[in-house]
Formats: sequence, C-alpha cells, structure tokens
Amino acid sequence: MSDENNRPLIQMQGVSKFFGEFQALKNINLEVRRGERIVVCGPSGSGKSTMIRCINRLEEHNEGHIIIDGNELTDQVKDINAVRREVGMVFQSFNLFPHMTIVKNLMLAQQLVRKISKIEAHTTAMQYLERVKIPEQAGKYPIQLSGGQQQRVAIARALCMKPEIMLFDEPTSALDPEMINEVLDVMVDLAKEGMTMICVTHEMGFARSVADRVIFMDAGEIVEEAQPTEFFDNPKNERTKKFLSQILTH
Amino acid sequence: MSFDFNLIAESLPLMLMGIGITLKLLVISGALGFILAVCLLLMRISGRWYLNFPAQVYIYVFRGTPILVQIFIIYYGLPQFEGVRDSILWPILREPTGCAILALTLNTGAYVSEILRGGVLGVGKGLLEAGSALGLSARQKFIYITAPIATRLALPAYSNDVISLLKSTALASTITIADMTGIARTIVADTYAPYEIFISLAIIYMIFTFGLQKLFGVIERYLGRYTRREG
Repeated sequence: MSDENNRPLIQMQGVSKFFGEFQALKNINLEVRRGERIVVCGPSGSGKSTMIRCINRLEEHNEGHIIIDGNELTDQVKDINAVRREVGMVFQSFNLFPHMTIVKNLMLAQQLVRKISKIEAHTTAMQYLERVKIPEQAGKYPIQLSGGQQQRVAIARALCMKPEIMLFDEPTSALDPEMINEVLDVMVDLAKEGMTMICVTHEMGFARSVADRVIFMDAGEIVEEAQPTEFFDNPKNERTKKFLSQILTH
Repeated sequence: MSFDFNLIAESLPLMLMGIGITLKLLVISGALGFILAVCLLLMRISGRWYLNFPAQVYIYVFRGTPILVQIFIIYYGLPQFEGVRDSILWPILREPTGCAILALTLNTGAYVSEILRGGVLGVGKGLLEAGSALGLSARQKFIYITAPIATRLALPAYSNDVISLLKSTALASTITIADMTGIARTIVADTYAPYEIFISLAIIYMIFTFGLQKLFGVIERYLGRYTRREG
C-alpha cells in the first residue's frame, strides 16, 4: 500500500479548546483510518460535539494539530475550505434551509462550492433523495416534512457533496422515538458502504452493531476507547462504568 | 360650525394634483433609502470597527434628530457653503424637491438599516453553520441564506417604516413643495377652512396607507410561503 493509504484520514494531536476560562477539550489525541466508524458518547458537556465540530472548523482549536487527509487546519481560509469540501456534517437540529425546497437544499452547495451545473446537481440530488427514500418530497419545503424525513434530507444534502468523512452530531436526539430508526437505517447503510463516520450519539444499539470503536468522553477528555463488545461488556474506567449504568438501566 | 361639503368637492381634485409629488418623494427616497440602508447594514455587520463605527454614528445622528430639522438644515443650511454651490450636486440641492428627497433618504436609510439588522440577527445560527459545513463562503452564506430569510423577518417592521415615510413626505410642504399637504395648506390659507381641507387630506393619506398595507400583505404572504405546513 502507498503511503497515502496508510496515513490516517483524521489526525488530532494534542488538541485543546477553551471557551474563555472553561477548557472544553483537554489534549485530545485521535486517529481515524479511512472507512472506520467511530461512535463518541459521554455525558452532556463532556466535549463530544466540540470535538467533532473542531474537525470541520465550526470551532477553532486553541492548541494542537488537526490534520484531515494530509491538510492541516490552520487559520487559512484555503485550508478550511479544502477540509470542509471533504467533510460532511449532520446536525441535531437538521438545519435545512427553510426557504428552499428539499431539492434546492441539496443542489445549493453542489452548484456554489463544487461548481456543478444545475442539471447535474439536480440529478445528483434526486439520486440521494432516492437513497434516503423520499424522492417524492423533492418539491416541498422543510417545514412540511416530519423530523425523521428532515434529518434524512440533511444526510442526503451532505452526501451530495461526495464527502470523504461524515460527522454526525447527535442526529437522532431531536427526533420523536418512532422516527429514530428511519434515520439510523440510513446511517447503517452508509456505514456498510464504507463511509468514514464519526457519530456522536447515545444510540447504543447502533454503536454495538456498526462501530469499529467506541470513544467515551468526560470533562473534555477521551476517557476510554475500545471495540464495542469490549466497551459495553467490559468497561475499564470507573467513569465509563458509571455512565453506562446510567444510560442502560431501562 | 357647519361642514362645507362643496368646499371639499372643489378642493379634492386640487389636492390630488399633489399626488404625483407625494408619490415621487415616497418612491425615490424609499428606493434610495433602502440602498443606503443595505450599505449601512453591511458596514454594521462587517466585523470591522472602521466600518461599523461610522455607520453607528450616522444612524445615531439621523435617528437622534427630528426629520423636520434635517430638512431645514439641508434646505436652508447647505447652500451657505460655497463648496456645495460649486459641487455637481448643486442642481439637485438647489431645488426644494431635491433637498426633501435627500433628507427623507438619509433619514429612512438610518431607520431601515436597523430594521434589516434585526432581520439578520434573527437568522438561526445553525443554518449558517450548515452553510459553513457545506463549504459556502461568507459571501455565499449572506446572499443565499441570510439575506432571503432576514428579508422575510424584517418585512413587517419595514412596511411600518414605509408607511411612516409616506407621512414624512408631508413635511416637504414646509420648504415650498406643492405635495398634497402643501396644496392643502395653500387652500386653507385662501379659504380659512382648516377642518374640511385637513380632514379630507387625512382621509387621502389613510387610503394611501391602506393600499401600502395591502401591498405589503401580499409580499409578506409570498415571502412567507415556506413557513406554512400546508403546501
């Protein structure tokens, strides 16, 4: 294998992040290989979201290095844009553009960022809407869709940009229970196709069946990192045990 | 006191002759004021103090003084300066209409820029993050996400300002302009019948305002089409 294939797709080296006095991330070291599926969990305020938001520069890290596919994230707009082109993100609150129809939501960045023609962007948009199983909603506005449908559109919108990496920031936390599975199904399909994924989620069933590694964070640190069976059946750290006992009681 | 309906019937057509001027003041200063407001808004949200600060001072000055005073300063004050009389703007500033349009433009621009800023602040942060995550530049985010949503959010307050501008045009009558109010004042001076004339004038303004309200209602429904669950 060439050097390029051996190199981790995501490298975080000694990353720290401060919000004023508060240290949200403490010396984070993380490497993610191409095709790996990582689930990040931990109590609220533990820095999970902040960590993945640093990867596409929605948050700026204060210390350490973040290198995505060989591009180090710096203050340079050029570097940030290069990284953002490769990294798709799905948010807890969907964040679809409310004033655009579904298909326009999927076409916008293709046309503006990838400079793809309108016709081609439309074709790609419809392909991905088929994949998330809602092509019939293409002409509607986001508000006319259910939460689960909106989140599937958001996933499709990110996929239209053909990213190397997908970040999921609690994608099912804002959904009614009956809609969670339709979103997880899409994510499972994506994982099967070999997409590199980092998912912040508390869906432990998803973590168990899909993740290559589960990362547990607390107070801005990575406390434990293990394969899912090991992580769930034999957690090492006291904080991990306590967290798992709290979320797996019912 | 008797109410002279004949006088109203006679003076209505005369006052309506001023509609053209009233509309001219409203449309031109409304349009120029909007452009000025967008410029001020961009300065305010640029994140650069040397743009933000002058815009803030400008807005403070024009919101902090009566528009009538602004009209007087421009009409009576500016021609005192030789530089103004020699400038290419003199043909405009020499005419009272030019002065009125300038004053109304400068004034409405200050108010509207703050209205638009309110709309910009109302655009959800998450939408802009989604734009960033998709790789959109700051300019693209402004044009395709912030501007259209902010426009809808600002519209009700903006329509309020346009209606207010319509009535501010009446102040132009104080510097010899024969808009509807100017004509009405001349008729009152001749006939000494302020009730009949001013009440009919008030009704004309109300009809105008009604039209503006309806117009903005239509625009609001159009811009708000994506906020309704029913397709």
